[in-house]
Formats: sequence, C-alpha cells, structure tokens
Amino acid sequence: MRAIYEAMDYGPAPEGDAPVRAWLAGHGGRFGHFIGGAWTSAEGEAFPVVEPATGRLLAHVAQGSAAHVDAAVAAARAALPVWRALDDHARARHLYALARLVQRHARELAVLESLDNGKPIRETRDIDLPLVARHFTHHAGWAQLREAEFPGQHPVGVVGQVIPWNFPLLMLAWKVAPALAAGCTVVLKPAEFTPLTALRFAELVAQAGLPPGVFNLVTGDGTTGATLVAHPDIDKVAFTGSTEVGRAIRVATAGTGKALSLELGGKSPFLVFDDADLDSVVEGVVDAIWFNQGQVCCAGSRLLVQEGIADDLVARLKVRMERLRVGNPLDKAIDMGAIVAPVQLERIRALCAQGVAEGATCWQPSWTVPTEGAFFPPTLFTDVAPASTIAQQEIFGPVLVVQTFRSPAEAVALANNTPYGLAASVWSETISLALDIAPRLACGVVWVNSTNLFDAAAGFGGYRESGFGREGGREGMAEYLVTPVVDEGAPPPVLPAPTAAPAAPAAPTAPHALPPVDRTPKLFIGGKQARPDSGYSRPVLDHRGRLAGEVGDGNRKDLRNAVEAAHAAAGWRALSGHQRAQLLYYLAENLAARAPELEALLALAPRGGEAAATEAPEEAAAREVEATVSRLFSYAAWADKHDGAVHDVPLRGVALAMHEPIGVVGVACPDPYPLLGLVSLVAPLLATGNRVVAIPSERFPLVAPALYALLETSDIPAGVLNLVTGARDPLARVLADHDDVDALWYVGTREGAAAVERASAGNLKRTWTEWDPREWLDPRQGEGRAFLRRAVQVKNVWIPYGA
Amino acid sequence: MTVTPLHAPRGPRPADPDTPPPRRWPSGLPVEQPPARNPGMPLDLALVRAVRVNRSAVERRVASLAGRRTVKREWQVAWLLRAIACMDLTTLAGDDTPGTVRRLCAKARQPVRRELLEAVGMADAGLTVGAVCVYHPFVAVAVEALAGSGIPVAAVSTGFPAGLSPLPLRVAEIRESVAAGAAEIDVVITRGHVLRGAWDALYDEVRLFREACGEAHLKVILGTGDLATLTQVGRASQVAMMAGADVIKTSTGKEAANATLPVGLVMARMIRAYGEHTGHEVGFKPAGGIRTAKQALEWLVLMKEELGDRWLRPHLFRFGASGLLTDIERQVEHFVTGRYAAAHRQPMV
Repeated sequence: MRAIYEAMDYGPAPEGDAPVRAWLAGHGGRFGHFIGGAWTSAEGEAFPVVEPATGRLLAHVAQGSAAHVDAAVAAARAALPVWRALDDHARARHLYALARLVQRHARELAVLESLDNGKPIRETRDIDLPLVARHFTHHAGWAQLREAEFPGQHPVGVVGQVIPWNFPLLMLAWKVAPALAAGCTVVLKPAEFTPLTALRFAELVAQAGLPPGVFNLVTGDGTTGATLVAHPDIDKVAFTGSTEVGRAIRVATAGTGKALSLELGGKSPFLVFDDADLDSVVEGVVDAIWFNQGQVCCAGSRLLVQEGIADDLVARLKVRMERLRVGNPLDKAIDMGAIVAPVQLERIRALCAQGVAEGATCWQPSWTVPTEGAFFPPTLFTDVAPASTIAQQEIFGPVLVVQTFRSPAEAVALANNTPYGLAASVWSETISLALDIAPRLACGVVWVNSTNLFDAAAGFGGYRESGFGREGGREGMAEYLVTPVVDEGAPPPVLPAPTAAPAAPAAPTAPHALPPVDRTPKLFIGGKQARPDSGYSRPVLDHRGRLAGEVGDGNRKDLRNAVEAAHAAAGWRALSGHQRAQLLYYLAENLAARAPELEALLALAPRGGEAAATEAPEEAAAREVEATVSRLFSYAAWADKHDGAVHDVPLRGVALAMHEPIGVVGVACPDPYPLLGLVSLVAPLLATGNRVVAIPSERFPLVAPALYALLETSDIPAGVLNLVTGARDPLARVLADHDDVDALWYVGTREGAAAVERASAGNLKRTWTEWDPREWLDPRQGEGRAFLRRAVQVKNVWIPYGA
Repeated sequence: MTVTPLHAPRGPRPADPDTPPPRRWPSGLPVEQPPARNPGMPLDLALVRAVRVNRSAVERRVASLAGRRTVKREWQVAWLLRAIACMDLTTLAGDDTPGTVRRLCAKARQPVRRELLEAVGMADAGLTVGAVCVYHPFVAVAVEALAGSGIPVAAVSTGFPAGLSPLPLRVAEIRESVAAGAAEIDVVITRGHVLRGAWDALYDEVRLFREACGEAHLKVILGTGDLATLTQVGRASQVAMMAGADVIKTSTGKEAANATLPVGLVMARMIRAYGEHTGHEVGFKPAGGIRTAKQALEWLVLMKEELGDRWLRPHLFRFGASGLLTDIERQVEHFVTGRYAAAHRQPMV
C-alpha cells in the first residue's frame, strides 16, 4: 500500500468475464446458424473464433454453406408476408423488446464484444452498447410511425446484410433495426472474426418472440457472404466493409434489380485551423484515430493542420500519446485494446514500413505494447506528402498521418484529394469559418469541433467511393422502403421496334413550293453547339418510318468534353434554390412560347401503346408539351423546397442534414415521350444543383436541337446541361466507366442497366436504372420526391455548441 | 483472467530527429520536491486573448475520462489516502468558534482512525491533511492547535467570498492573516474585472495581493461559477498566474456552481500552457461540492492525466473540502473490513 501511495500508478482494473465465458461453455464452445427461429446443428464444418488479446480460442462457429443461405433466405421469404402485414404498432413492440433486451444484457454483450473483437471494455460499455440500444429504440419509433411518416411506401422485401468486424453488434443494429422497422425480413452474415455478439443477439431475438424467419443469422467467411449477396431471392443487399468488397458486390448485383446500400472505407480528414482550441483538438485526435485501435471506417486518419500551429500541435500530440495506455481490452483503465487479428496487425505493420520507406517520419511513444496478443502502439507520421501511400490508403489501424495547409482553400483541396468521402472533422472556434468549410468537403458526415459522434437519428454514410445509402434517421429508413409506381389506367407506352430501313421521305405536297432549308442538329456541350467528334450522323425516323432528320453520332470524346464542361459549371450548385427556380421557370416560359413548333416536331416521334391507336399524333404532342411545361414548373417549385432537416440528436448542438447535389450526373433518356422523358429526369437534377450530361432519346433525338435553342435563350449557364445524341447503350457505358461522373440515371433495357451497374463499380457512382416503362404523363409516376431524393445526397453536419 | 502487462519500459530512444527542443516544463523535479514559487510575469494580453475554449469538447473529454481511468482495490485505497494528504480541511461557517476550529485541527492531525491505517500498512506514513483552512479570526487558534504537526494554516481573505470590500482593506486583511501565522492566503478576485475584460485591473489586483502575502503562498480563487464561460475561466487563470499566483483555485464554495470537472480541466490546461511558456509550476485547488470519495478519485485522475504526478502532491494540488474526509474514511473502512461503513463510526470533524 505504501508503495502504491508513493507511486500513484493505476494498477489493474479488470472487468469480470466469468458470466460470458460460462455462456460460451454452456454452448460447448460451438454454435450453429439461426434460421427460421431455430438453431441448426453446431456440428459440421466450422471455423475457430479467437480472442485477439491473447490469441486463444473462444469458440467454433459454423461455416455457412449455400444450403444454409438458401434455407435462411427461404425462411425470410416465408416470414415476409406476415411481418410486412403486421400492424405498425406490433412491429414497434417487437423492436422495443429488442431494445430493452439489449439494455438488460448490456454488460454481458459488452464483455463478449471486447473478448471477441479486442476493443476496450470502455468503448463497448460506454459507446457501442448504448448506441445499439438507442438504435433499436429509435427504430421502434419508426416502426410505430411507418405508415404515418412514409405513406404509400412498402418494405423492400427480403434483405441480405453483411457486416464487418470493427463494430460487430453496432453494425448489426444499424442494419437490422431499420430493416425490421420498415417491415423487411433479414438474413444477416456477421464477420468471420467477430460473430459472437450476433449469436447472442439471435438468442435475444428468440427470447423477444419475433416471428420465426424475420431475423436469420448465417455465420461464415467471405464465401458465405458472397453466396448471400448473389442469392436470387433477396430484394436488397446492405453491406458495410471494405471498398474492394463493395465493388465486387456492386458487380455481383448489377442488373438484378436488387436495391443496394454500401458503407465502405474512408481516409477521413481532420482539419485544424489556427483558431481552434488546441488542447481539445488533441483529445479530438485521440477520439478520431485511437478509438477502436483506429479500426474505424470514418477514423480521422489524415490530420490536416494549418502550418503556423503544426509544430505546436504535433508536440502536444506526442505528450498526449505518451500518456495513452494499451493493454488487456477488459482492463477498465486503458485507451486501446488489441487489433482484431494477426492478419490485420501485419497489414498495419506493412503499411507503416512502407511509409517509412517512402520517407515519412514515424513516431511512437517510448513504452512498448504487450507482446502476447495482437497489439500495435499509437503511431504518428510526419513529413507525409499527398503522394505517400500512407496518405492515400486506408490503414485501418492506430496510425495518424500529418500534413499541413496554408489556407482554407488548400485545406479543402487536401481534404478532398482522395477517392473516399466518408467523414471529416473541422476544428475552428470561428463559426463562419467552420460552417464555410463543412459544405465544401466531399463527404457524408462532418463533425465540427468534434469527431466520431453517432446517433440513430442522424444518417451516416459516404460520398464517392465510401459507398452510398444512409444508416440512421429518416434517410436511413428510406433505404428499406420503396415507393411503388402507381399503376392505374392504361399501361405506359412501349415503342414498337424500329423499321429496318427508312421509308422514302414524303413527297412535297405542293410541287411548286420551295424546298425546306436543310438543318444540321449538333451536340450541345458547354453551352456551345458542337459537331460530333466522329464526323458521322445518325438518321432519325418518324412514327411512319420516314426519315425525319439526322443528328450527330456522339462518341466517347464528345462525352469526355461534356463531362469536363459540366465540371466547369460548378457555379450552378452555388446558386440559391431561388435562382435555379427562376431559370427553370424561364425555361418553361420559353418552352411554352415555342409550343407549336415543339408540337409539330413531337407529332413525328415514334409512338406506342394504346393511345397511339386512338389519339392523333398532334393531340399527343400537345399533351406532352403541356406536361413538360408543368414538369418544369414542378421542379422550379421544388428547387427551393427540397430542403434538409435538423436532426434531434442527444447533444447540446445541432445535426444538420443538408441535401447536397451529387455532382455531375449522366442521364440516358427513355424513348417514349422524348421531350417529357428527358425533362422529367433532367429537371430534378438541375433543380437540386447537379450538372447533367444527357443522352436524349435514341429513337427521336431531334428534341435535342429544339431544347438547346431553348437553353440558350433561357440563360441556363453553359455546361449545366449538355446533350450528346447517339446510341444510348454504348454512350451510357462510357459515362458509367467515367471516373469523374458521380451518378448515372439510365432508362432503357435490363441488359443495358446491368452493363451500366457493372461498370459503375469503378468509382462506385450512384446509379438509378429502370427498364420497366413509366407513364411519364402521369405526375404520380413522372415526378416527385422520389426523383429529388435520388438527385441529392445527405450530408450530416454535427455542430455541438457551448461557450 | 490474465492481465496483459502495461507499459513495459522500452530502452532509451536512439537519436530521434523529430524530438521537439527541450522544454523547461515540466520541471522534472522529483515528485516530492516542492516547486519554486511562481514569480509571475508582465501581463501579456496577446496570450490572454488567444485562449479559446470549446465547452462541448471539454465536456466530452471529462465525460470520457471517467471511463478511461479507474483505480480498484488497494490502488483505490492508496489514492484515497493521497486525496487526504492533498486536502485543505476547511471550515468557513458563520458560527465557527475556537472550539470547532480546534476540533478540526485535531482531525487534521489524525484524519483516519489509527486502526484502519494500521490495517492497510500506512500507520507510519505520517498521514495528515494538506492544510487547515479558516477565516482570519481563527488563524492564531489553528496555528496553535497545529503546532509541531507541520500542517500549514490557510486563511481565506480579501473580503471572502464576494471580494468587494475596499481594496486597501483587502490588502490589509492579507497582512493581518500573515502576521497571525497563516502560511497560505486564499484570496478572491473581483469577478467583475473578468466579466468586463478588465484584465489589467485584475492583474494589478492580484499583484497587490501577492506583494501583501510576502512569504505566504498566494492561492487565487477565481469564483468560476460567476465567470460565465470556460474561455473566461481560462483567461482569468492566465492573468492570475501572470500576476504571481502560487495556486489557482476554482471557487469559494459560496457560488451557485462549485468546482466542476470541465472547469478543472480548463484550469489544468492553463497551468500547463503557462508552465510551458514560463517554466513555472502553479498549483491547482478545486473547492466546493467535492463530497464523495468517487469525486476525489476523478479529480486525482484529471491531475495525473493532464499535469502529471507532481500534481498528486499537496505542494501542487489541494482539495478544498470538509465532508469529503468522512466519506473517504468510510471507503477505507469498507476495504479493511469488507463491510459497508457508517459515517457515525468515523470520528467527526
């Protein structure tokens, strides 16, 4: 006692693990799958689950086969009709029960998670488990309010979910809670390294009395996950994990019609301006990169600091790092536990070695980490250039790289200099500066003077190659709901196949009349009429199969130019909604003024469907023009009304859900309604601040010259809308392959959609594909919030305050 | 369960090109050695105004610290005894009499029952509280009662607690208490100076107090509950240290808000910043509202983490407390007997 009194050190403070080890022993250390409300045999093929802190075996867990996945999907499918038809209040009771069960068993789950994952008991106890319970409670609320808050929307169906090892139970909650709240049924595949809390959760599901098959759990490695993702009978895939696997899933689900949400990797910047509270910044860095051993997708792994304070901040960081404690995850007085597995430890070591080899300076505290188990010390790299591997690649370990900037503009440039776009922290005591930076960062979450804040009421998810879709909040619920297309009245028109060869043009009705002046439609790129690079033209046939004109045959270089022009028009997003509305109204005004000319043109367009037989082409054309004017009015109206939200998060502060444009969007337009179809897709994108490269109707692209004349007279800035006529699918493929196109909307064939989705994996651009026809004339099908929702991505900006 | 070893020492670091230039602070003195007194420095308004404190971030740090560090079993007992050694055992009631002050001093000499100290092997550690803190009229009584114990007597002064009596009287009060034998003077500042940003007036006031103290140590009470924002707390701390405070102290115990951990964190960080700038080590004293052993441990953890082990000794860290001692005694008894303890079994203050 006297010695401790003199030394004043901390001593061991272990959290007991006896109840958890007794639970493992009670199962004989072996676990099966949870399918259709029952456990499968724990015998058979299995894999070991190891305690990262000691390398010792915890349990054997069943390896999921294709048959297991089949059985689980079948159970989920069988449970779907009952679960989705269940009263909202009944589903809310089930979710509430899960929330309370998690709370009642919180310590047991926290200890189990620490054993299995290696993360400190402080984090599982104080962060993970409270968030898990919060997530189920919050979504019990969404279940209760589903019909009231999402009227007319339906659950997407059977959902296959694959989750990572870094927050095993929290990621389960983020996936399972919204799915169940929406009325979906679930097949979940937890990570191979960390399946134990999911297994315990399955027991709680059984205890809560959820109908069998609503929640199914299949354990296994990556092959099990791939089998689940590829299963033909699931309606949606939700995945959190590496960008590499996310890409593979995008390819695997291309053209299947499965909904997809991906939460992937990151290399998130942590920006520190010279007016920040530097001591608090230091603690922010601790929470950013030494939280969960840095194995956090949104970890602030790139410290960008204003040059004048860089030395000061680095010195303070080193002092702080000396005081961090690494050790047994169950010790209540440590800051960092074990790395999840030796393979991950090796990866971290290799990347650090590469950083040193590339000339960066590595600094670690003077103490050493335990040699037993997988431990890695907190690590700081200075002298890091943007070109350095460790500045670009996600390390997924407790490794921070430091770079400096001179100005806010350079800070933003460095921050955005990455394929990722998950999260960012901005530190400044000047509100005008911090709130100027936040919208300029290409990422889904911005924490002002804070980091790694999460809540069920705020959406979480990325921009760019950090994936798409949101988890949490209203935007997260939307991922598990679909708005069915209203299918009243006649079926939407489908065009008959084009005739093989153009019929002869109609003979002039009056032989003595002057011949018409020949017209040469062009492409419209960067506000200029441009000849096609190919030098070729395409014939355009009217509904009788006669040559109606010729348009330029656009190719990849035309698209390249169009995308560059669209990027150059970035000023469009900076306009206010009111300004964009004015321009869209003006476009509608000019379009209405040219109605007779447009009607005459559209009367030539190919037609299909029932109306084609009964309605004169001129009448149909007049209706289409009128609907187009109305559609432009709709989106002009919405331009300043599709605003974001202030989420109610448990924080003294606000979490702003801002609707931001996605960027440069490619649009491949439908053939029926060549004018209305194009405007229906382009207008919501323009209204929300995107710039568009559109491929007009392949069958009747003559609307392009009519439209660009209107764009020119309507003061639409150059490059905001670019029109490249030509063969739809080859052009769409070029856009899908283009790494500087942020999203692609494609209306065409299923094969074309599959090709587009496969190619979109390159930069994980957001895609929206359709091959079922729509009745664009019907506003319930042809416009609305569903279009606007796809035209934006939600950025959540957390702003804690307090003087 | 095995406990993985923590912080095994590593050999001396070879040439580290990135090591910052050696700082004069922390002093590097042995933990038991008292610091040199802080002579202060000229008022530097640029430094004062550069202080920016983000309350939300400070509160998050404080909230997570309780989960990041803890002490259990014999470590907990040792830390609690350390808390006693750092305690300014205080009575500041209007009905104080020489009798109650003598009783307090007796408790200061023997803060924990002897059989408990024997049970934990601390009987010969010479455990006493850090000081006894009284109003001026009882300084002489306390000095006499504590004679030979080595326990200093502290006097609250300068029109405590509001500090709004005429400045010459406040200065004279200090001199009276020093003359009566007080080794430490706990002064209060004019909070209005802080609220109005009158840093030069605050600086001059504390400078006068420091001169009046002479050899006695100057403990400057900021009255943080009155200072409105954490940034103001930080700036007032800086000015007090520039003016020569030996210790900065949170509260009188009479404000609506007492010593809170966020305030403590800000003041500790200011002590570090001032130390890094000047090389001087300034002490810290949270006072008011610290009544439980658990709170005492939180404060000790805060000191250890933010300032280091030298701030776990009475020469750089004090609690202002009265009821705290009884709760600590109960915890020590619980450790010794395994039974939960009752307050009435501990000798009262």
